[in-house]
Amino acid sequence: MGNSSSMLTQYDIEEVQEHCNHAFSQQEILSLYNRFCQLDRNSGGFVSTDEFMSVPEFAVNPLAQRLLRMVDGLNFKEFVAFLSAFSPRTTPWQKIEFIFKVYDLDCNGKVTFDDILSILRDLTGSFMSEQQRQKVLAHVFEEAGLLPDSSLGLSDFIKIFGSSELKMEVEVPID
Amino acid sequence: MAGIESTSAEIDLDRPNLEEYLPPDSIHGRDSPKNLHLRDLLDISPTLTEAAGAIVDDSFTRCFKSNSPEPWNWNIYLFPLWCLGVVVRYGILFPLRLFTLLLGWIIFWAGFIPAHILLKGQDKLRRKIERNLVEMMCSVFVASWTGVVKYHGPRPSMRPHQVFVANHTSMIDFIILEQMTAFAVIMQKHPGWVGFIQKTILESVGCIWFNRTEVKDREIVARKLREHVQGVDNNPLLIFPEGTCVNNQYTVMFKKGAFELGCAVCPIAIKYNKIFVDAFWNSKKQSFTMHLLRLMTSWAVVCDVWYLEPQYLQPGETAIEFAERVRDMIAARAGLKKVPWDGYLKYFRPSPKLTEKKQQIFAEDVLRRLEK
Repeated sequence: MGNSSSMLTQYDIEEVQEHCNHAFSQQEILSLYNRFCQLDRNSGGFVSTDEFMSVPEFAVNPLAQRLLRMVDGLNFKEFVAFLSAFSPRTTPWQKIEFIFKVYDLDCNGKVTFDDILSILRDLTGSFMSEQQRQKVLAHVFEEAGLLPDSSLGLSDFIKIFGSSELKMEVEVPID
Repeated sequence: MAGIESTSAEIDLDRPNLEEYLPPDSIHGRDSPKNLHLRDLLDISPTLTEAAGAIVDDSFTRCFKSNSPEPWNWNIYLFPLWCLGVVVRYGILFPLRLFTLLLGWIIFWAGFIPAHILLKGQDKLRRKIERNLVEMMCSVFVASWTGVVKYHGPRPSMRPHQVFVANHTSMIDFIILEQMTAFAVIMQKHPGWVGFIQKTILESVGCIWFNRTEVKDREIVARKLREHVQGVDNNPLLIFPEGTCVNNQYTVMFKKGAFELGCAVCPIAIKYNKIFVDAFWNSKKQSFTMHLLRLMTSWAVVCDVWYLEPQYLQPGETAIEFAERVRDMIAARAGLKKVPWDGYLKYFRPSPKLTEKKQQIFAEDVLRRLEK
C-alpha cells in the first residue's frame, strides 16, 4: 500500500482540522486518511456505497442504508466532518445534532412522527408489525406530552435528551 | 449540562425520572427492562456508534491488508546500499532464478509428456513418475524464490481416511507443501496459464475443482471430497478451509466442509517471515504472475511449516466446533489472530440474517419494556 501519509501536506491536515472544528488530532486525521484510502479502493477521491458495503461490520448495521445517504460520495474533508460527531472532543449538543440529522432525512429542520417511525422500522425490521410500531410511538409521544402531529426541532431534541449522558464515541487507531 | 428552559407544553419532559440519575445504558438487551420513554426511542447512538466504529476500523478489512515494510533506505549511507541491493536482485538473482525455472520446466515437460503418453496403460507407474516430477517442479519453484522452508513435525504419510488443512496466504502455500509431499488439492479454477497448469499437471496428482459462484457446487464438491478420502490410491488431500488468501497475520473462519468427512484432520500451520518478503497474495490487487515476479526479485522467501497432530471429531462436537478447534491450533502455532468472519465476504455481501438478528434483539427489548 505504501506511505500514503506523504500525500497529505501539513496545510491539508490543518484545513481538515479546521473543517471538523478540531474534533480530531493531527495524528488521528492521518490515520483517518490511511483508512479513507484503504476504503477508496478505486482511488476515486471518495468512498462509494459499494466500498462502504464491503465492510461486513458496516453492512450488517440496521441503519447502514440511512447512513450511506449521508456519507456516500463525501471527499476526505467531509468524511472527517461526518465522523467528528463521534469524537470524544465534541460536545453532547453536537452529538444530538448529528442524531437529529439522521432522523431529519429531508433536511427541513423538523422531525415528525413518521420520520421517527421510519427509523424504528429500520431498527426492528419484520420483528414488529407496523401497528405495534405506531402503538409504541404513540405511547411515548403521549407520555412526553406531545401530539402525534407535532414535529420536533433540534431544540426539542436537546430538551428530550436532557442531561443524561450520551455515549457516542469511536476510537481512531493510531499506528 | 446547563439547565434548559422548559415551556408549559413540554413541562413533563423535565419531570424528574429515577432513570436519569442512574448510569445511562443502551436500549439494547439489558437484564432489567425499564419503562420506555421518548428519549430512549430517539437515542440511536449505540447503533450509530457501531456503524461509525466499522467505518473507522474493522476486523475484516484488517485481514487483507498487505503490510509493506517501512522503507529503510532513507539516508545517504543506506540509499546506495539499497540501490546496490536492487541491482543484485534484479540484475543477478532474477535472471539466475528465471533460468533455473525455465530449465526446470524443460526437464519437467521432457519427463512428463512421454510418461503421460507412453505409460497410458501402466497407471501405477505413470502416476508414480508424474508425482515425483510434480514434487521436483515444486522444488524448482521454491528455489526460484530462494525459498528457505523449515518443516517441523512428522511428514504426511499416504493413507486413506485423512485430510490435511492449512491456513492460506498465497497460492505458493500449495507449492511449498507440494515439494515435500504430493498432495491432491481442491482449488478454485483460475484463468490464464495457471488454469492451464491446473488442467494438465495437477490432474495427475488428483485435484478437485470448485466454483465459488456456483451455489449447487457445494454439494457436488462435498461428494467428491468424500470419494477422494476413501480411495486407497489417492494422494492425501489438502484443503485450505479459509477459502481465500489472508494476510498471514489473521485467520478467517474455517469452512466446515473439510471437517465433516468422517476422517482424521491433520492441521498444518504456515508462517512466513515478513522481514524477507510479504508473501501475502492480494488477489484483488495483483495477478499471480506479478506476485511471482515480486517473489523472484526479493531476497528470499522464508517460512516455517508445522505438521500438527491429527485431530478427530469428538463425540458431541459439531463440524463447526471441530473446525474452530483446529483453527485455534493452527492460529496458536503460527501466531495468527482469529476473526469471526467468513472469508467469502470478500466476494459476497453478508447475509441479511445478521442484520435481522440485531433487529430482533432491539424489537424484543422494546416490546418487553412497553408491556411494563
